[in-house]
Amino acid sequence: MQIPVEGFMYPNEVELQWSVLIVLYPFLTGLVAGAFILASLERVFRVEEVKPTYRLALLTALAFLMIAPLPLQLHLGHPERSFEMYLTPHTSSAMAMFGFVYLWYLLAVLVLEIWLDYRRDIVVMSQSTTGWKRLIYRALTLGSSNISERALEIDERAGWLITVIGIPSAFLLHGYVGFIFGSVKANPWWSSPLMPVVFLFSAMVSGIAIVMLLYMFLCWVRDEEIDMRCVDTVAKYLFYTFIVDFSLEMLDLIHRIYEADESFRSLDFMVHSRLYFSHILLQILLGTLAPIGLLALTQVLKLPEGQRKHIYALAGCLTMVGIFAMRWNVVIGGQLFSKSFLGYTTYKMGFVAREGLLTAIILTILPFVILAVLIKFLPPWPEKSTAAISAAASAD
Amino acid sequence: MKMTRRQLLVLLPAAAVAWEHVLAGTPEASPNYDMTEHWWGMLIDITKCIGCGSCVRACQLENHVPDDYFRTWVERYHVTDWEMEYPKVDSPGGGKNGFRPAREEGGKNFFVPKLCNHCADSPCTQVCPVGATFVSPDGVVLVDQKYCLGCRYCVQACPYGCRFINPNTKTANKCTLCYHRITKGLTTACCEVCPTATRQLADLKNPKDPIHEFLKTHSVQVLKPHLATGSKCFYYGLDGAVR
Repeated sequence: MQIPVEGFMYPNEVELQWSVLIVLYPFLTGLVAGAFILASLERVFRVEEVKPTYRLALLTALAFLMIAPLPLQLHLGHPERSFEMYLTPHTSSAMAMFGFVYLWYLLAVLVLEIWLDYRRDIVVMSQSTTGWKRLIYRALTLGSSNISERALEIDERAGWLITVIGIPSAFLLHGYVGFIFGSVKANPWWSSPLMPVVFLFSAMVSGIAIVMLLYMFLCWVRDEEIDMRCVDTVAKYLFYTFIVDFSLEMLDLIHRIYEADESFRSLDFMVHSRLYFSHILLQILLGTLAPIGLLALTQVLKLPEGQRKHIYALAGCLTMVGIFAMRWNVVIGGQLFSKSFLGYTTYKMGFVAREGLLTAIILTILPFVILAVLIKFLPPWPEKSTAAISAAASAD
Repeated sequence: MKMTRRQLLVLLPAAAVAWEHVLAGTPEASPNYDMTEHWWGMLIDITKCIGCGSCVRACQLENHVPDDYFRTWVERYHVTDWEMEYPKVDSPGGGKNGFRPAREEGGKNFFVPKLCNHCADSPCTQVCPVGATFVSPDGVVLVDQKYCLGCRYCVQACPYGCRFINPNTKTANKCTLCYHRITKGLTTACCEVCPTATRQLADLKNPKDPIHEFLKTHSVQVLKPHLATGSKCFYYGLDGAVR
């Protein structure tokens, strides 16, 4: 397949190395980190208003974290050798440390916190359900069925401690993703000390937005009233985080424009041609300025509840588009120009291919399927667990 | 000796691994080669290159480089007057079959052979997640093909565009400085066939190597020196327009 090239590329540069799957990877890990940080607001900073989203945020983070390494695995030339990263990691490689940060975050933070938070429910369910469900819940108790007040108090303290450890871990998880790109000195589009910070804040933006959207969607599905106090607070946090994120991105942009180093002409041309749609239109206008404007309206004007709901839903969806476009522009954009700064190549994405669009769509849908299963087994709604507990109590 | 079924089951996998080694045979020996006595690099005299592409062809034959991928290639630069920031560059087929006559009038034309710079502080080895790519004790950047994951991080990290993923092995591939040849006292395939001696293999640890005299008496440069990669490809006659 002939790849269209404009100007001069080094001959080995014509073919893009990192595909849409590598776009998906920071997108998914960003949602994990953002959702966890939102959850920690309630647990550590005692923001009571966001409590209805606490468990949902944790389950969302887990569902996305379970799928996050899949695009990487599918992208590798030799996925069967990926375990070598654990056995013989190269300590100077940012990518090598991913495995450890990922495992730490998955096992030591997220799974443990969810288990501690749900332990009482799990024990109650293991007693109130029957058949295979009972077996699953029994296994999930890990042999501990003590739900005395003292035990629950210890759970609460341990959970708090894990969340406190979890916040820097979430920062690390996504900050290092930014570092993977930001530390490549060969590529001026990526090489920036701001990259980890920009990635972190964009992760928080996307994570908060997805939990807000999921909460509103699930309330609609369950035909329940949306807790507007909660959604208003989440939207407020989304608005503030978005402003910081946008400011950082603009700082990076202004710095590049003002400094105008040897790569500037090439990058400037790219933004005005090949990346115009995804960068200027999708990322900046539609995916950043529009949702910030919409959220600003809700902060400034006293809008009725119905209108606020619609605005939040629209702003949330636009945010997701904008953050995905940002990942796209970083990963794909960073490979469209030559390191000689004398030419440009083209990214041709297949549809039914190992690294094609269909695979990317499936990998995007998969976390939602996992989330649905998790919600089924570990309902994040307080009334469900309360009902189950009272049922169990009456059975006793 | 009597062997139980359990013992046999335990021994079978070990025997399979041992058999694999027997089949693989012994590596080609270079008994007199001591890695610690060498530090390899290359000298490229741009003023001598005629853009014939012999080096590219020789490299592809010697190292079984797949079509459309390059361990070495030749670029042609055209620079008009003072606008050296915007040169016109082409490298049709990596310069494998030479170049058609230049169309541009005026200014200067010259050829620049490119290959892995075998950097002492190579960004590509730094980022490899498993250390499959490494700098050998004699200063050659190599890739362990049986260990590489094919994650492509090294391809991204190379500032010179010298790496690619071999579509057959799905692993990172690049110039090895014909390691299989230089460890036997031969020169690289590209140096061997160059009709104008543009390329010269250099052993920087050997005080008798003519490179030392050349470096002392000529102005030489490396590519992209601001990146501080410790490149060991020294260019004589390198124009400021070259990237």
